[in-house]
Parts: sequence; C-alpha cells; structure tokens
Amino acid sequence: MISVQTPADQVTRIGEPNAIAMVFFFAFIAITLGITWWAARKTRTTEEFYAAGRTISAGQNGFALAGDYMSAASFLGIAGLVSTTGFDGLIYSTGWLVGWPVVLFLIAEPLRNLGKYTFSDVVASRLKQAPVRIAAAIGTLATVTFYLIAQMVGAGGLIRLMFGLTYETAIMIVGAAMLAYVLFGGMIATTWVQIVKAVLLLGGAALLALLVLSKFGFNPVRLFGAAAAQYGDSVLAPGRLVAKPLDAISLGMALMFGTAGLPHILMRFYTVPDAQTARKSVFYATGLIGFFYLMTFVLGFGAMVLVGPEAIRAVDAGGNMAAPLLAETLGGTPFLGFIAAVAFATILAVVAGLTLSGAAALSHDLWVNVARGGHATPQEQLRVARAATIVLAVVAVMLGITFKGQNVAYMVGLAFAIAASANFPALVLSIFWRRCTTAGVVASMLLGTASTLTLIYLSPTIQIDILKHDAAVFPLRNPALITIPLAFLTAIVVSLLTRNAGEQAGYARVESQMHMGH
Amino acid sequence: MAFAGSEAALQDLARRRWRVAISLTIAMIAIYFGFILLVAFNKPFLGRLISPGLSVGVLLGALVIVASWILTWIYVRWANNHYDKALHALRSGLHE
Repeated sequence: MISVQTPADQVTRIGEPNAIAMVFFFAFIAITLGITWWAARKTRTTEEFYAAGRTISAGQNGFALAGDYMSAASFLGIAGLVSTTGFDGLIYSTGWLVGWPVVLFLIAEPLRNLGKYTFSDVVASRLKQAPVRIAAAIGTLATVTFYLIAQMVGAGGLIRLMFGLTYETAIMIVGAAMLAYVLFGGMIATTWVQIVKAVLLLGGAALLALLVLSKFGFNPVRLFGAAAAQYGDSVLAPGRLVAKPLDAISLGMALMFGTAGLPHILMRFYTVPDAQTARKSVFYATGLIGFFYLMTFVLGFGAMVLVGPEAIRAVDAGGNMAAPLLAETLGGTPFLGFIAAVAFATILAVVAGLTLSGAAALSHDLWVNVARGGHATPQEQLRVARAATIVLAVVAVMLGITFKGQNVAYMVGLAFAIAASANFPALVLSIFWRRCTTAGVVASMLLGTASTLTLIYLSPTIQIDILKHDAAVFPLRNPALITIPLAFLTAIVVSLLTRNAGEQAGYARVESQMHMGH
Repeated sequence: MAFAGSEAALQDLARRRWRVAISLTIAMIAIYFGFILLVAFNKPFLGRLISPGLSVGVLLGALVIVASWILTWIYVRWANNHYDKALHALRSGLHE
C-alpha cells in the first residue's frame, strides 16, 4: 500500500480498499441499473435505441452533452497538471471548451435537421451512400477506438489506485456495467447515466472548490497568490510543458475542431425533438463545461498549495491523484470515497456513450445502409445494433487489457486529432458547400484518418518516448496542424476535379431541409 | 405565395445564417489562437503580474472561457429572435 506524508502530516489512504468509496460506487451502479431497467421497457424501436425517441429536453441534453464530454482526463488530468505545473495546465482548461461554440455555430442545428442517427447520415444525404458511409464509419471507429483505450486504461489504473482492486477486475467491471446500460437501455439509459454523472461530477467539483476557497476568504486570487508565494511566480506563467510553439498551436487546433467531430457528442443532437432544442442544449452545455473548467483553476492550485506537488507525484507520477488527495486533505476519507466514486462513474458514463456511437456506426451505417442497402426490418436493425454493442464491449475490454500501463494522455489527443481531421472537414463541407462531391468527402475522410495515424506513429511520443528511438521523423506531438488543412484541401481539390451536376442539384434539398427540418 | 419567392427567401436566410455563424466562428478562433500564440511566442507578457497572485496569463485564460460563453449567448439570442422568426414566416408562407 502506498502511504505518503502530506503537509498536514496525514497518511493518505489512497490505494486501500475504501468502504465509503465502495458504498457510493455501488449506490451509483444500483441507481444507474435501475434507470436501465426503466429505460429497457421503453426501448423497443431503433429510434428509441439510438436516439432516445427524440424526447430529451434542452436542459437534459445540456447535462448529457456535458456528461459525455467531461471525462476523467479533464477532471483528474487537468487538476493534476495544474497542481504540478501551474499555468501550463490551464492551457488545457481553455482548449477543451473552445470547441463548443464551433459545434453550436456550424454543426448542431444542421446535423439535427439533416440526419437520423449518425453524422454519416448528414454527409451521405445527397452523395452516394455506400462509399461515404464506409469512409465515415472508418473515421468514427478510429476515433472511438483511441478514445476507448484512453478511458479503459485510465479506468483500470484509477480503480486500482482508489479501491485496491486488480487492473483486470476493474476493466471487467467497467465493461460489464457499460454493456448492461447500452445493451438493454440504449440511448435512453445512456443519456440518463450521463445526466446523473454530470450532476455528481459538477456537484463534487463545486463542493471541493468551495472547501478550497473557504481557506482563502473565497477569493481565488488569494489562492493563486499563496501558490506563487510558496512555489514562485513562475507557476502563474507559461513554462516547460509547451516548450515548442508549434506543438501548442497544433494541440490547440485538435482540441478546437476535434469536439465538432466526436461521434458520441454528435449523436446526442438526434435525441432532442428539433433544431431549436439542439441549439439551446449546446448553450447549456457550454455554460456547464466552462463552469467546470473554471473550477479546475481552483482545484489545481488548491491541490498545489494544500497537498503539495511532491506529495501528489509520490502517489502517481502523472499527477492524476491531485483531486482525490485534495478531497482527502479537506474532507477526510469519506470525501475521498465520494470523489473516487464520482471519478469512476465519470469513466463508466463516457465509455457507455462511446460504445453506443461505435455500435451505431457498425449497425446503422455499415450493416443497414451498406450491406442491406437501407432495407432492413426494424427488428433486424435492433438485433444488429445490440450485437454490435456486445462486439464493441468485448473489444473495449480487450483493448483495455492489451494497452495496460500505456501513457493514455496522447491517446485522447489522438482521438481528437482523428475527429478533427477525418470527420470535421467532411461534415462541414457537406453541409455548407454546394460543390462537394462523393469522391471529395471520401478522399478527405480516408486521408484525414490515414495521415493522422501515420504522423502520430512518426511523432516523438511514439518514436522517442515509447519505441526509445533517438529521433522522430515528424517533429510535432499532435499532427492536427498538418492534417486538418490537408483534409480540407483534399476535399476541395478532389471535389473540383470530380464535378457532379446531380450532387450539386441535390444541395437545394439539403439547404431547405437544413433550415426547415424534415 | 409563389414557390420561387419562398425559395429566394430561404436562400437569403441561409446566407444570413452562414454570415453570422462564420463571423462568430472566426471570432472564437481569433480569441483562442490569440491566447495560444501568446503562450507560444510571448511567455514574459503572460507571466507579468497585475496584482500579487494574478498574472496576465491566468486572467486571459479565464477570459477565453468567458468569451466562449458570450459568443454562444450572442448566437442563441440572434437565432431565437431573428432566425426562428424568419423560419416561421417562411413556413407560414409555404402553407398559404
């Protein structure tokens, strides 16, 4: 067991089985399985399975979007980064939010009006179904796979640290619970799991932030001042983390445009009744997520001052345990247990959302619309969707076990880079550009995926950090700076070379439907 | 109402929405990448202290989040007041 001296001379109980964490965690599982049982009785059609019957309200979808988006990486990772590096961690806090206004301005309403279950519906609406859906499914599955690896490996490590379970047991529990939600409760259960998780996460983080601020007269600037007094003014200034300017810009591009290409986020816009509700729900989501990232300023600097960077790194070299340690310092073992359970619930909910969007790509895009040419009975569609869910759950568990011990931070960045390069350019151009053609978007999605994967493989993260080579062929850690412009350029050039009068004529219907609805 | 007339009105509305959407998107890109470019190329400026405990960098970081809120609020206000009304007029025009 790990034991560490904190400034308050307490010994942390992180890593020991925590009865209170177990109670909170099993309460969460019991409540969410209850929701699943209720949702299962309402899930009889594909529209209910993929889109919750389109009955989710703007407020509910705002919380569900926030729940799908705020992963453990943002809660534990950013708090850890800020607590150990100061200002540098805040670059992530801002970067994870600025994609949301882009989703609102360009994507949410047209997507709701043009599609049915997946974003491929929109791209394919006036183009050739089979090639577009195959390419979009490749982009979707690549994004979902890397996102799942990051979440599963993170979950295994986190649960081992917090509950004292073995890594493999933890992965199995996540896989089994997530499978139950998605398989039986479909989108209705997944949405409510997100809402419960978002309320818990925001509530837990707010409580933690309030407890921190109470020690500093409820004045964040006094907290930052205390951090600067203890560790130097440099903690309030940019430092080593973004030593190379182009790395900072490239990561910024992936974060900003990746959000608008994440399949599990895009799928949420089909759960609301109309485009106006979709619009309002992004407004609420942006408010909630922004509020959460502002709190990471307080949590990060709070952990730096009240726990100390050395004590945080001693428990986990990546700093991921900063928020739980802070909770233990301020509220003892019960609060640690609560925050640990919240972090676990966070991962579980995100994994469920990812699995559902991956299952939709396999069953709705590949099976129903490509293999069966759009002609499958509702019963068959639902059967295939559930089979695809089981396949993805098994894959997720296997990936989690295979990639045990890998550095997961770059995989989230990779997921965002693929989403930004493979999905976002094709989606935007198919919505707003009359001249775009089947060949153009297919080339863009395939080249976007392939170039991102290739450049990540050639990057310093893989070549130097993992394969231990002396140098990397490609200098940037995140390829978005190259791959996003490349994907846009490919779509534009190939579309202009393969002009198609029929596909251009179809744009009139797209334009009308985008604004007026079905 | 003639179909050609409503089609022209729809295209006009589509152009207006595109203009609003792209202007706000460019504003968001300018704000965020302005911040990132300062992080990349002018670290001393962001490290300057406004008061003990508050650096320019921490303040600007928080302001990027506030700016995201303001831009989404501007869009939702425009869409609720202007875009939805124009859509409503178009729909009732089609049913006449």
